Amino acid sequence: MTTETGATDAAGIRRSVAAVWRMESARIVATLTRVTGDFSLAEDLAQEALADALEQWPRDGIPRNAGAWLTAVAKRKAIDGWRRRERLDDRYSAIAHDLESRIDPDAAPWDPDDIDDDVLRLVFIACHPVLAREARVALTLRVVGGLSSEEIARAFLVPTATVQQRIVRAKKSLAAAKVQFEVPSRDEYAARLGSVLGVIYLVFNEGYAASSGTEWMRPELSQEALRLGRVLAELAPREPEVHGLVALMEFQTSRFRARVTAEGEPILLGDQDRSRWDRAQIIRGRTALARADAVGRGRGAYALQAAIAECHSVAPSTDETDWDRIVVLYEVLGRLAPSPIVDLNRAVAVAMATGPATGLRLVDEIAASGALSGTHLLPSVRGELLARLGRLDEARVELSEAARLTGNERERGVLLGKVAALGPPDA
Amino acid sequence: MKYMLIMRGTDEAYDAYKAMPFEEVIAAMGRYNEELIKAGVLLAGEGLTDASEGFVVDFASETPLVTDGPYGETKELFNGFWILEVSSKEEAAEWAKKVPLGPGSFIEVRRVTEMSDFPQDNEFVQREAEFRAANDPTFKL
Repeated sequence: MTTETGATDAAGIRRSVAAVWRMESARIVATLTRVTGDFSLAEDLAQEALADALEQWPRDGIPRNAGAWLTAVAKRKAIDGWRRRERLDDRYSAIAHDLESRIDPDAAPWDPDDIDDDVLRLVFIACHPVLAREARVALTLRVVGGLSSEEIARAFLVPTATVQQRIVRAKKSLAAAKVQFEVPSRDEYAARLGSVLGVIYLVFNEGYAASSGTEWMRPELSQEALRLGRVLAELAPREPEVHGLVALMEFQTSRFRARVTAEGEPILLGDQDRSRWDRAQIIRGRTALARADAVGRGRGAYALQAAIAECHSVAPSTDETDWDRIVVLYEVLGRLAPSPIVDLNRAVAVAMATGPATGLRLVDEIAASGALSGTHLLPSVRGELLARLGRLDEARVELSEAARLTGNERERGVLLGKVAALGPPDA
Repeated sequence: MKYMLIMRGTDEAYDAYKAMPFEEVIAAMGRYNEELIKAGVLLAGEGLTDASEGFVVDFASETPLVTDGPYGETKELFNGFWILEVSSKEEAAEWAKKVPLGPGSFIEVRRVTEMSDFPQDNEFVQREAEFRAANDPTFKL
């Protein structure tokens, strides 16, 4: 058996169906939500249509306009459902008319003038603040990213049933809160967009610096976040922070291949072989940052972080990095989005710009404030600065403490390596 | 993973295109490119001018010979390319199937090599990496 894709085996066809789904699912679910007025129902219908495709396409081949096929099947299922419940209202007749009138197999199953806004509405629903963070992530990856529950579960190292439960519960919460299929009003727009960007960045970071487990990075997850960011940049091109986030992710991804050894051990920024950074990706980052600036509404927290990442990306080495500029950018970022993490990063930048003693004073201030206590970050940075000041015994204690506190095995290895590099303690 | 979609056309495809209104051809390609951008998968892409503006360097003899053509036995000319970042080979295939082309046209789909495809201790691989680090990429949008 040969399909149009050339896939000859069942597994190959399943992968093709998955590929089609990734490409089409957001537009399909958005279209169905618009015509049914019910996101939860729309998602169910889309999944049922996908199940039909998985059954029929291996036998009949992948249709030329797969998106239209899936949408039509889902609409028919909507009609059947309503007919069974005898709810033949206006929505029913609208869809029924729609199905009858569409005879052109090459026509898009959605209105090209509305589809972008509909997908944007879908993104806002999936990232709605009534949902828990895990639920927003799962729902976004599933309906916007077109990932299966199994793929999401694998990426987040949780059982598939957990992801399925999160999605079912999320849909109930959205229904209970009567969340509308709409772009948020002006007064809540910024906060709602912030939630969307937060979800995307969370997914990115889960891949970039895996918070648990033995893998330092799960690049596929970061790649998906970057793709979602690029999608959003086209849906909301007048929002500078969307471009800021894309820029940040591009810069960080550009270092992926320099960030781990062949054995999977992490390599820290200062030790990375910069010739292995992806230059094309750095340029995409700079382009995205320029787009953020071109909107003319100043830089938000993501754009500022991107600007900091840009400083590293264009520097030939740690020593030739514009640390003064990075200090200033962290100061601005700290005023805009105060956080002890930003303060800590600023302290590191100050140490690079003016010497470890000044940096250490700032770190000690953060420690005295009680912020970040119990995390590995504070002792990790303190240990590093103490080592540079030649206070090796104290450095050893701090770095060992950091190793004890981190949840990432790979990172623990790096920290213990630093302890070992300090040599044995004085007798 | 990155894939290059390479557009190739025969004389048949060329003649068909010449018969179509230019605006229509541009609009169809424009819509396709826009779809790639909106899907977040397009990294780079360029179209090439008519082959009559190009030339061929032939390595058949000891001294490479520059000729106006012919372009060899294959009558399929390379007219342009896209580089896409996708999650699977199958996704690259699905995007290739959507290119607005007709009979006589082909899209050849090839995976773009990554640094990890080469032995990293090779001197020339390292030099290339340094070159890439020092130079802007040739490919741009």
